[in-house]
Amino acid sequence: MTNKVYRDSASALTGLLRDGMTIISGGFGICGIPDSLLAAIEDSGVRDLTIVTNNPGLDGMGVGRLVNSRQVRKLIASYAGENATFAKQYLAGEVELEYCPQGSLVERIRAGGSGIPAFYTPTGVGTQVAEGKETRLFDGREYLLERGIFGDLAVIHAWKGDSEGNLVYRMTARNFNPVMATAAKVTVAEVEHLVEPGEIDPDHIITPGIFVKRMVQVPDPYKHIEKRTVRQRA
Amino acid sequence: MPWNREQIAARAAQELKDGFYVNLGIGIPTLVANMIPEGVSIQLHSENGMLGMGPFPYAGEEDADLINAGKETVTKIPTTSFFDSAMSFGMMRGGHIDISILGGLQVSEKGDLANWTIPGKMVKGMGGAMDLVAGVPRIVVVMEHEAKGQSRIVNECTLPLTGRQVVDLIITDLAVFEVDPARTPSLKLIELAPGVSAGEVREKTDAAYVEALN
Repeated sequence: MTNKVYRDSASALTGLLRDGMTIISGGFGICGIPDSLLAAIEDSGVRDLTIVTNNPGLDGMGVGRLVNSRQVRKLIASYAGENATFAKQYLAGEVELEYCPQGSLVERIRAGGSGIPAFYTPTGVGTQVAEGKETRLFDGREYLLERGIFGDLAVIHAWKGDSEGNLVYRMTARNFNPVMATAAKVTVAEVEHLVEPGEIDPDHIITPGIFVKRMVQVPDPYKHIEKRTVRQRA
Repeated sequence: MPWNREQIAARAAQELKDGFYVNLGIGIPTLVANMIPEGVSIQLHSENGMLGMGPFPYAGEEDADLINAGKETVTKIPTTSFFDSAMSFGMMRGGHIDISILGGLQVSEKGDLANWTIPGKMVKGMGGAMDLVAGVPRIVVVMEHEAKGQSRIVNECTLPLTGRQVVDLIITDLAVFEVDPARTPSLKLIELAPGVSAGEVREKTDAAYVEALN
Protein backbone atom coordinates (compact mmCIF):
# COMPACT_ATOMS: atom_id res chain seq x y z
CA MET A 1 0.00 0.00 0.00
CA THR A 2 1.32 3.41 -0.96
CA ASN A 3 2.30 5.42 2.04
CA LYS A 4 0.65 8.84 1.93
CA VAL A 5 1.71 9.91 5.41
CA TYR A 6 4.85 12.04 5.80
CA ARG A 7 6.63 12.82 9.03
CA ASP A 8 6.42 16.61 8.75
CA SER A 9 5.12 19.35 6.49
CA ALA A 10 8.48 20.03 4.83
CA SER A 11 8.91 16.41 3.78
CA ALA A 12 5.28 16.21 2.65
CA LEU A 13 6.10 18.99 0.16
CA THR A 14 9.42 17.52 -1.03
CA GLY A 15 9.79 17.72 -4.79
CA LEU A 16 6.49 19.53 -5.26
CA LEU A 17 7.56 23.18 -5.07
CA ARG A 18 8.89 25.28 -7.95
CA ASP A 19 9.02 28.99 -8.72
CA GLY A 20 6.04 30.41 -10.63
CA MET A 21 3.65 27.61 -9.69
CA THR A 22 -0.06 27.95 -8.80
CA ILE A 23 -0.96 26.92 -5.25
CA ILE A 24 -4.55 26.60 -4.05
CA SER A 25 -4.86 27.10 -0.30
CA GLY A 26 -7.85 26.25 1.89
CA GLY A 27 -9.36 28.33 4.66
CA PHE A 28 -11.65 31.29 5.22
CA GLY A 29 -9.85 34.14 6.96
CA ILE A 30 -7.60 32.11 9.22
CA CYS A 31 -10.24 29.47 9.95
CA GLY A 32 -9.34 26.04 8.57
CA ILE A 33 -6.06 27.18 7.02
CA PRO A 34 -3.23 24.70 6.36
CA ASP A 35 -0.86 26.84 8.40
CA SER A 36 1.82 24.22 8.92
CA LEU A 37 2.05 23.52 5.18
CA LEU A 38 2.07 27.26 4.44
CA ALA A 39 4.91 27.70 6.94
CA ALA A 40 6.85 24.97 5.14
CA ILE A 41 6.22 26.70 1.79
CA GLU A 42 7.51 29.92 3.35
CA ASP A 43 10.64 28.16 4.63
CA SER A 44 11.29 26.62 1.21
CA GLY A 45 11.82 30.07 -0.32
CA VAL A 46 9.87 29.20 -3.50
CA ARG A 47 8.96 32.42 -5.34
CA ASP A 48 6.64 34.12 -7.87
CA LEU A 49 3.68 32.10 -6.69
CA THR A 50 0.12 32.48 -7.90
CA ILE A 51 -2.02 31.81 -4.85
CA VAL A 52 -5.71 30.95 -5.09
CA THR A 53 -7.45 31.41 -1.75
CA ASN A 54 -10.52 33.18 -0.41
CA ASN A 55 -8.49 35.92 1.29
CA PRO A 56 -4.82 36.33 2.23
CA GLY A 57 -5.25 35.66 5.95
CA LEU A 58 -3.88 38.12 8.44
CA ASP A 59 -0.52 39.82 8.53
CA GLY A 60 2.01 36.95 8.76
CA MET A 61 -0.69 34.30 9.25
CA GLY A 62 -1.98 31.79 6.71
CA VAL A 63 -1.25 33.00 3.17
CA GLY A 64 -0.20 36.23 4.92
CA ARG A 65 3.08 34.42 5.68
CA LEU A 66 3.87 34.23 1.97
CA VAL A 67 2.80 37.85 1.46
CA ASN A 68 5.17 39.08 4.17
CA SER A 69 8.03 37.07 2.68
CA ARG A 70 7.19 38.44 -0.82
CA GLN A 71 6.80 34.99 -2.33
CA VAL A 72 3.42 35.89 -3.88
CA ARG A 73 3.38 37.34 -7.41
CA LYS A 74 -0.37 37.08 -7.94
CA LEU A 75 -3.37 36.49 -5.71
CA ILE A 76 -6.75 35.25 -6.92
CA ALA A 77 -9.21 35.94 -4.08
CA SER A 78 -12.64 37.34 -3.24
CA TYR A 79 -11.43 39.56 -0.45
CA ALA A 80 -8.15 41.16 0.54
CA GLY A 81 -9.04 43.24 3.61
CA GLU A 82 -7.65 42.55 7.08
CA ASN A 83 -4.08 42.20 5.77
CA ALA A 84 -2.29 45.56 5.87
CA THR A 85 0.92 44.23 4.34
CA PHE A 86 -0.95 42.86 1.34
CA ALA A 87 -2.87 46.14 0.93
CA LYS A 88 0.41 48.09 0.98
CA GLN A 89 2.07 45.80 -1.58
CA TYR A 90 -1.02 45.91 -3.80
CA LEU A 91 -1.41 49.69 -3.73
CA ALA A 92 2.33 49.98 -4.54
CA GLY A 93 1.85 47.69 -7.56
CA GLU A 94 4.16 45.02 -6.14
CA VAL A 95 1.64 42.20 -6.23
CA GLU A 96 -1.08 41.38 -8.73
CA LEU A 97 -4.66 40.83 -7.51
CA GLU A 98 -7.49 39.17 -9.41
CA TYR A 99 -10.75 39.73 -7.59
CA CYS A 100 -13.18 36.88 -8.04
CA PRO A 101 -16.59 36.75 -6.31
CA GLN A 102 -16.48 34.13 -3.58
CA GLY A 103 -19.15 31.91 -5.11
CA SER A 104 -17.55 32.11 -8.55
CA LEU A 105 -14.15 31.39 -7.01
CA VAL A 106 -15.26 28.20 -5.30
CA GLU A 107 -17.28 27.13 -8.33
CA ARG A 108 -14.26 27.71 -10.59
CA ILE A 109 -12.29 25.44 -8.28
CA ARG A 110 -15.10 22.88 -8.14
CA ALA A 111 -15.32 22.91 -11.94
CA GLY A 112 -11.54 22.62 -12.32
CA GLY A 113 -11.49 19.60 -10.06
CA SER A 114 -14.43 17.97 -11.87
CA GLY A 115 -13.19 18.22 -15.46
CA ILE A 116 -15.36 21.21 -16.39
CA PRO A 117 -13.31 23.90 -18.21
CA ALA A 118 -15.86 26.72 -17.87
CA PHE A 119 -19.41 27.46 -16.80
CA TYR A 120 -22.02 30.23 -17.02
CA THR A 121 -23.02 32.09 -13.88
CA PRO A 122 -25.24 35.10 -13.13
CA THR A 123 -22.75 36.43 -10.56
CA GLY A 124 -20.94 39.59 -11.62
CA VAL A 125 -23.01 40.39 -14.71
CA GLY A 126 -22.90 44.16 -15.33
CA THR A 127 -19.91 44.66 -13.01
CA GLN A 128 -16.16 44.96 -13.59
CA VAL A 129 -15.92 41.20 -12.95
CA ALA A 130 -17.62 40.70 -16.34
CA GLU A 131 -15.08 42.80 -18.27
CA GLY A 132 -13.56 40.80 -21.10
CA LYS A 133 -15.73 37.76 -20.39
CA GLU A 134 -18.10 36.09 -22.80
CA THR A 135 -21.79 36.47 -21.93
CA ARG A 136 -24.83 34.59 -23.09
CA LEU A 137 -28.58 34.72 -22.58
CA PHE A 138 -30.39 31.74 -21.12
CA ASP A 139 -34.17 32.02 -20.71
CA GLY A 140 -33.90 35.78 -21.13
CA ARG A 141 -31.29 36.35 -18.43
CA GLU A 142 -27.65 37.26 -18.98
CA TYR A 143 -24.87 35.02 -17.65
CA LEU A 144 -21.11 35.24 -17.92
CA LEU A 145 -18.57 32.57 -18.65
CA GLU A 146 -16.10 31.77 -15.87
CA ARG A 147 -13.12 29.45 -16.30
CA GLY A 148 -12.34 26.49 -14.08
CA ILE A 149 -9.22 26.61 -11.92
CA PHE A 150 -6.83 23.70 -11.55
CA GLY A 151 -3.66 24.23 -9.54
CA ASP A 152 -0.23 22.66 -9.50
CA LEU A 153 -0.63 22.07 -5.78
CA ALA A 154 -3.47 22.28 -3.26
CA VAL A 155 -2.78 22.57 0.45
CA ILE A 156 -5.69 21.94 2.78
CA HIS A 157 -6.53 21.48 6.45
CA ALA A 158 -8.81 18.75 7.82
CA TRP A 159 -9.77 17.78 11.34
CA LYS A 160 -9.34 14.05 11.00
CA GLY A 161 -8.01 11.75 8.34
CA ASP A 162 -7.12 8.11 7.94
CA SER A 163 -3.90 7.00 6.28
CA GLU A 164 -5.78 6.38 3.01
CA GLY A 165 -6.47 10.13 2.88
CA ASN A 166 -10.18 9.99 3.70
CA LEU A 167 -10.95 13.27 5.46
CA VAL A 168 -13.50 14.87 7.74
CA TYR A 169 -13.63 18.51 8.75
CA ARG A 170 -14.79 20.38 11.81
CA MET A 171 -17.57 22.99 11.71
CA THR A 172 -16.79 26.11 9.64
CA ALA A 173 -13.15 25.06 9.26
CA ARG A 174 -14.49 22.99 6.35
CA ASN A 175 -15.15 25.98 4.03
CA PHE A 176 -13.07 25.78 0.79
CA ASN A 177 -10.99 22.76 1.87
CA PRO A 178 -13.01 19.83 0.41
CA VAL A 179 -13.48 21.65 -2.89
CA MET A 180 -9.81 22.60 -3.19
CA ALA A 181 -8.78 19.02 -2.39
CA THR A 182 -10.14 18.05 -5.82
CA ALA A 183 -8.53 20.77 -7.92
CA ALA A 184 -4.77 20.30 -8.22
CA LYS A 185 -2.19 17.93 -9.69
CA VAL A 186 -1.17 17.11 -6.13
CA THR A 187 -3.15 17.72 -2.93
CA VAL A 188 -1.38 17.70 0.41
CA ALA A 189 -3.56 17.62 3.52
CA GLU A 190 -2.63 18.41 7.08
CA VAL A 191 -4.82 16.69 9.67
CA GLU A 192 -5.13 17.22 13.40
CA HIS A 193 -5.99 13.59 14.08
CA LEU A 194 -4.53 10.71 12.09
CA VAL A 195 -6.31 7.34 12.37
CA GLU A 196 -6.22 3.91 10.75
CA PRO A 197 -8.50 3.12 7.78
CA GLY A 198 -11.84 1.90 9.09
CA GLU A 199 -11.88 4.18 12.08
CA ILE A 200 -13.92 6.84 10.28
CA ASP A 201 -17.46 5.75 9.41
CA PRO A 202 -17.50 5.72 5.56
CA ASP A 203 -20.87 7.49 5.70
CA HIS A 204 -19.18 10.44 7.40
CA ILE A 205 -16.23 10.90 5.05
CA ILE A 206 -16.37 14.27 3.27
CA THR A 207 -13.24 14.01 1.11
CA PRO A 208 -12.53 10.54 -0.32
CA GLY A 209 -8.87 9.57 -0.24
CA ILE A 210 -8.54 9.53 -4.04
CA PHE A 211 -8.04 13.31 -3.92
CA VAL A 212 -5.30 13.28 -1.29
CA LYS A 213 -1.80 12.29 -2.43
CA ARG A 214 0.15 13.21 0.69
CA MET A 215 -0.67 14.01 4.27
CA VAL A 216 0.91 15.10 7.50
CA GLN A 217 -0.37 15.10 11.05
CA VAL A 218 -0.30 18.42 12.88
CA PRO A 219 -1.48 17.63 16.41
CA ASP A 220 -2.94 20.48 18.46
CA PRO A 221 -2.25 23.28 15.99
CA TYR A 222 -2.32 26.80 17.38
CA LYS A 223 -5.57 28.37 16.15
CA HIS A 224 -5.77 32.11 16.34
CA ILE A 225 -9.23 33.72 16.52
CA GLU A 226 -9.53 36.68 14.16
CA LYS A 227 -12.49 38.38 15.90
CA ARG A 228 -13.33 37.17 19.37
CA THR A 229 -16.99 38.06 19.96
CA VAL A 230 -18.79 36.90 23.11
CA ARG A 231 -22.02 37.51 24.99
CA GLN A 232 -22.36 38.05 28.72
CA ARG A 233 -24.02 35.46 30.89
CA ALA A 234 -27.41 36.69 32.10
CA MET B 1 -35.36 62.14 14.68
CA PRO B 2 -33.71 59.95 12.05
CA TRP B 3 -33.41 56.27 12.91
CA ASN B 4 -30.19 55.18 14.59
CA ARG B 5 -28.36 52.00 13.54
CA GLU B 6 -30.42 49.79 15.83
CA GLN B 7 -33.67 51.33 14.60
CA ILE B 8 -32.64 50.83 10.95
CA ALA B 9 -31.92 47.18 11.80
CA ALA B 10 -35.27 46.83 13.60
CA ARG B 11 -37.09 48.20 10.54
CA ALA B 12 -35.20 45.74 8.33
CA ALA B 13 -36.14 42.88 10.68
CA GLN B 14 -39.80 43.53 9.83
CA GLU B 15 -39.04 42.20 6.33
CA LEU B 16 -38.38 38.73 7.78
CA LYS B 17 -41.16 36.18 7.64
CA ASP B 18 -41.61 32.98 9.57
CA GLY B 19 -39.65 30.10 8.04
CA PHE B 20 -37.27 32.29 6.05
CA TYR B 21 -33.65 31.37 5.35
CA VAL B 22 -31.79 34.65 5.78
CA ASN B 23 -28.34 35.96 4.94
CA LEU B 24 -27.16 39.05 6.82
CA GLY B 25 -24.23 41.17 5.70
CA ILE B 26 -21.65 42.85 7.90
CA GLY B 27 -22.30 46.09 9.85
CA ILE B 28 -25.89 47.28 10.45
CA PRO B 29 -27.28 44.03 8.92
CA THR B 30 -25.59 41.98 11.67
CA LEU B 31 -27.72 43.85 14.23
CA VAL B 32 -30.89 42.49 12.59
CA ALA B 33 -30.20 39.08 14.19
CA ASN B 34 -31.08 40.56 17.61
CA MET B 35 -34.34 42.10 16.42
CA ILE B 36 -36.32 39.23 14.93
CA PRO B 37 -40.04 39.93 15.50
CA GLU B 38 -41.85 37.76 18.03
CA GLY B 39 -43.38 34.62 16.56
CA VAL B 40 -41.00 34.65 13.59
CA SER B 41 -38.56 31.77 13.38
CA ILE B 42 -35.77 32.02 10.82
CA GLN B 43 -32.50 30.25 10.02
CA LEU B 44 -29.44 32.40 9.46
CA HIS B 45 -27.10 31.47 6.63
CA SER B 46 -23.40 32.24 6.86
CA GLU B 47 -21.64 31.97 3.51
CA ASN B 48 -18.51 30.36 4.94
CA GLY B 49 -20.55 27.18 5.27
CA MET B 50 -23.18 27.23 8.00
CA LEU B 51 -26.95 27.31 8.19
CA GLY B 52 -28.65 27.80 11.52
CA MET B 53 -26.27 30.23 13.17
CA GLY B 54 -26.47 30.78 16.91
CA PRO B 55 -25.52 33.83 18.98
CA PHE B 56 -22.02 34.81 20.08
CA PRO B 57 -20.54 32.28 22.55
CA TYR B 58 -20.16 32.91 26.25
CA ALA B 59 -16.67 34.09 27.21
CA GLY B 60 -14.40 31.09 27.45
CA GLU B 61 -16.49 29.02 25.02
CA GLU B 62 -15.18 30.57 21.79
CA ASP B 63 -14.01 28.07 19.18
CA ALA B 64 -11.64 29.08 16.38
CA ASP B 65 -13.33 26.55 14.07
CA LEU B 66 -16.76 28.16 14.47
CA ILE B 67 -17.01 31.61 12.91
CA ASN B 68 -19.42 33.60 10.75
CA ALA B 69 -18.71 35.33 7.44
CA GLY B 70 -17.47 38.37 9.36
CA LYS B 71 -14.90 36.06 11.02
CA GLU B 72 -16.58 36.55 14.41
CA THR B 73 -16.93 33.64 16.82
CA VAL B 74 -20.50 32.24 16.87
CA THR B 75 -22.26 29.12 18.19
CA LYS B 76 -24.19 26.21 16.77
CA ILE B 77 -27.84 25.50 17.61
CA PRO B 78 -29.98 22.35 17.23
CA THR B 79 -30.89 23.20 13.60
CA THR B 80 -27.30 23.88 12.51
CA SER B 81 -25.74 22.26 9.47
CA PHE B 82 -22.22 22.69 8.10
CA PHE B 83 -21.20 22.37 4.44
CA ASP B 84 -18.47 23.43 2.04
CA SER B 85 -18.28 26.79 0.29
CA ALA B 86 -19.47 25.41 -3.07
CA MET B 87 -22.72 24.17 -1.55
CA SER B 88 -23.05 27.39 0.44
CA PHE B 89 -22.93 29.49 -2.71
CA GLY B 90 -25.17 27.02 -4.51
CA MET B 91 -27.78 27.88 -1.87
CA MET B 92 -27.50 31.55 -2.74
CA ARG B 93 -27.11 31.40 -6.49
CA GLY B 94 -29.80 28.74 -6.74
CA GLY B 95 -32.36 31.01 -5.10
CA HIS B 96 -32.78 28.90 -1.96
CA ILE B 97 -32.06 31.74 0.46
CA ASP B 98 -35.22 33.85 0.85
CA ILE B 99 -33.76 37.25 1.65
CA SER B 100 -30.47 39.03 2.17
CA ILE B 101 -29.97 42.24 4.12
CA LEU B 102 -26.78 44.02 3.06
CA GLY B 103 -24.93 47.26 3.65
CA GLY B 104 -24.45 49.71 0.80
CA LEU B 105 -22.21 52.52 -0.37
CA GLN B 106 -24.54 53.65 -3.19
CA VAL B 107 -27.85 52.51 -4.65
CA SER B 108 -29.04 53.85 -7.99
CA GLU B 109 -32.49 54.86 -9.15
CA LYS B 110 -32.73 51.49 -10.98
CA GLY B 111 -31.64 49.46 -7.96
CA ASP B 112 -27.99 49.02 -8.95
CA LEU B 113 -25.88 48.39 -5.84
CA ALA B 114 -22.29 49.44 -5.13
CA ASN B 115 -20.97 48.12 -1.84
CA TRP B 116 -17.59 46.46 -2.31
CA THR B 117 -14.87 48.94 -3.10
CA ILE B 118 -13.77 52.55 -3.26
CA PRO B 119 -11.04 52.49 -5.93
CA GLY B 120 -7.63 53.62 -4.72
CA LYS B 121 -8.81 53.91 -1.13
CA MET B 122 -10.06 50.60 0.09
CA VAL B 123 -8.49 47.20 -0.50
CA LYS B 124 -11.25 44.84 0.52
CA GLY B 125 -13.21 42.92 -2.09
CA MET B 126 -16.67 41.72 -2.95
CA GLY B 127 -16.46 38.51 -0.91
CA GLY B 128 -19.85 36.89 -1.38
CA ALA B 129 -21.82 40.07 -2.09
CA MET B 130 -21.99 39.67 -5.89
CA ASP B 131 -23.22 36.08 -5.55
CA LEU B 132 -25.86 37.12 -3.01
CA VAL B 133 -27.33 39.87 -5.16
CA ALA B 134 -27.25 37.61 -8.24
CA GLY B 135 -29.10 34.75 -6.61
CA VAL B 136 -31.18 35.80 -3.62
CA PRO B 137 -34.70 36.80 -4.72
CA ARG B 138 -35.14 39.68 -2.26
CA ILE B 139 -32.32 42.13 -1.48
CA VAL B 140 -32.71 44.75 1.24
CA VAL B 141 -30.01 47.42 1.56
CA VAL B 142 -29.56 49.23 4.86
CA MET B 143 -27.29 52.28 4.99
CA GLU B 144 -26.93 55.88 6.13
CA HIS B 145 -28.80 58.13 3.71
CA GLU B 146 -25.77 60.35 3.14
CA ALA B 147 -22.00 59.98 3.32
CA LYS B 148 -20.15 63.21 4.12
CA GLY B 149 -23.15 65.25 2.97
CA GLN B 150 -23.46 63.33 -0.32
CA SER B 151 -26.59 61.38 -1.15
CA ARG B 152 -26.04 57.66 -1.35
CA ILE B 153 -29.22 57.20 -3.38
CA VAL B 154 -28.13 58.37 -6.79
CA ASN B 155 -29.27 58.39 -10.41
CA GLU B 156 -26.20 56.39 -11.47
CA CYS B 157 -23.66 54.75 -9.17
CA THR B 158 -20.18 56.26 -9.51
CA LEU B 159 -18.56 53.43 -7.52
CA PRO B 160 -17.93 49.96 -9.02
CA LEU B 161 -21.12 47.91 -9.03
CA THR B 162 -21.89 44.80 -7.02
CA GLY B 163 -24.90 44.07 -9.21
CA ARG B 164 -27.25 45.73 -11.68
CA GLN B 165 -30.96 46.15 -10.83
CA VAL B 166 -30.72 43.91 -7.80
CA VAL B 167 -32.04 45.97 -4.87
CA ASP B 168 -35.68 45.54 -3.84
CA LEU B 169 -35.86 47.74 -0.74
CA ILE B 170 -33.65 50.52 0.71
CA ILE B 171 -33.82 51.39 4.39
CA THR B 172 -31.83 54.45 5.50
CA ASP B 173 -31.78 56.50 8.68
CA LEU B 174 -34.35 58.80 7.04
CA ALA B 175 -36.70 56.71 4.94
CA VAL B 176 -37.70 53.50 3.20
CA PHE B 177 -37.79 53.15 -0.60
CA GLU B 178 -39.14 50.34 -2.75
CA VAL B 179 -37.41 49.61 -6.04
CA ASP B 180 -39.18 48.26 -9.10
CA PRO B 181 -37.03 48.51 -12.25
CA ALA B 182 -40.14 48.01 -14.39
CA ARG B 183 -41.38 51.49 -13.38
CA THR B 184 -39.97 54.92 -14.22
CA PRO B 185 -38.78 56.23 -11.90
CA SER B 186 -38.08 52.91 -10.25
CA LEU B 187 -37.83 54.30 -6.73
CA LYS B 188 -40.87 54.79 -4.54
CA LEU B 189 -40.66 56.53 -1.16
CA ILE B 190 -42.99 54.51 1.07
CA GLU B 191 -42.06 55.44 4.62
CA LEU B 192 -40.35 58.17 6.65
CA ALA B 193 -38.46 57.83 9.92
CA PRO B 194 -40.42 59.51 12.73
CA GLY B 195 -40.02 63.30 12.63
CA VAL B 196 -38.35 63.28 9.21
CA SER B 197 -40.21 65.30 6.56
CA ALA B 198 -40.74 64.37 2.94
CA GLY B 199 -39.01 67.68 2.12
CA GLU B 200 -35.87 66.69 4.00
CA VAL B 201 -35.71 63.37 2.11
CA ARG B 202 -36.25 65.20 -1.21
CA GLU B 203 -33.41 67.58 -0.37
CA LYS B 204 -31.01 64.77 0.60
CA THR B 205 -31.79 62.35 -2.24
CA ASP B 206 -30.13 62.77 -5.64
CA ALA B 207 -32.13 60.09 -7.42
CA ALA B 208 -35.56 60.63 -8.93
CA TYR B 209 -38.41 58.90 -7.08
CA VAL B 210 -42.15 59.00 -6.57
CA GLU B 211 -43.80 59.52 -3.21
CA ALA B 212 -46.27 56.93 -2.03
CA LEU B 213 -46.54 57.70 1.66
CA ASN B 214 -49.53 56.51 3.63
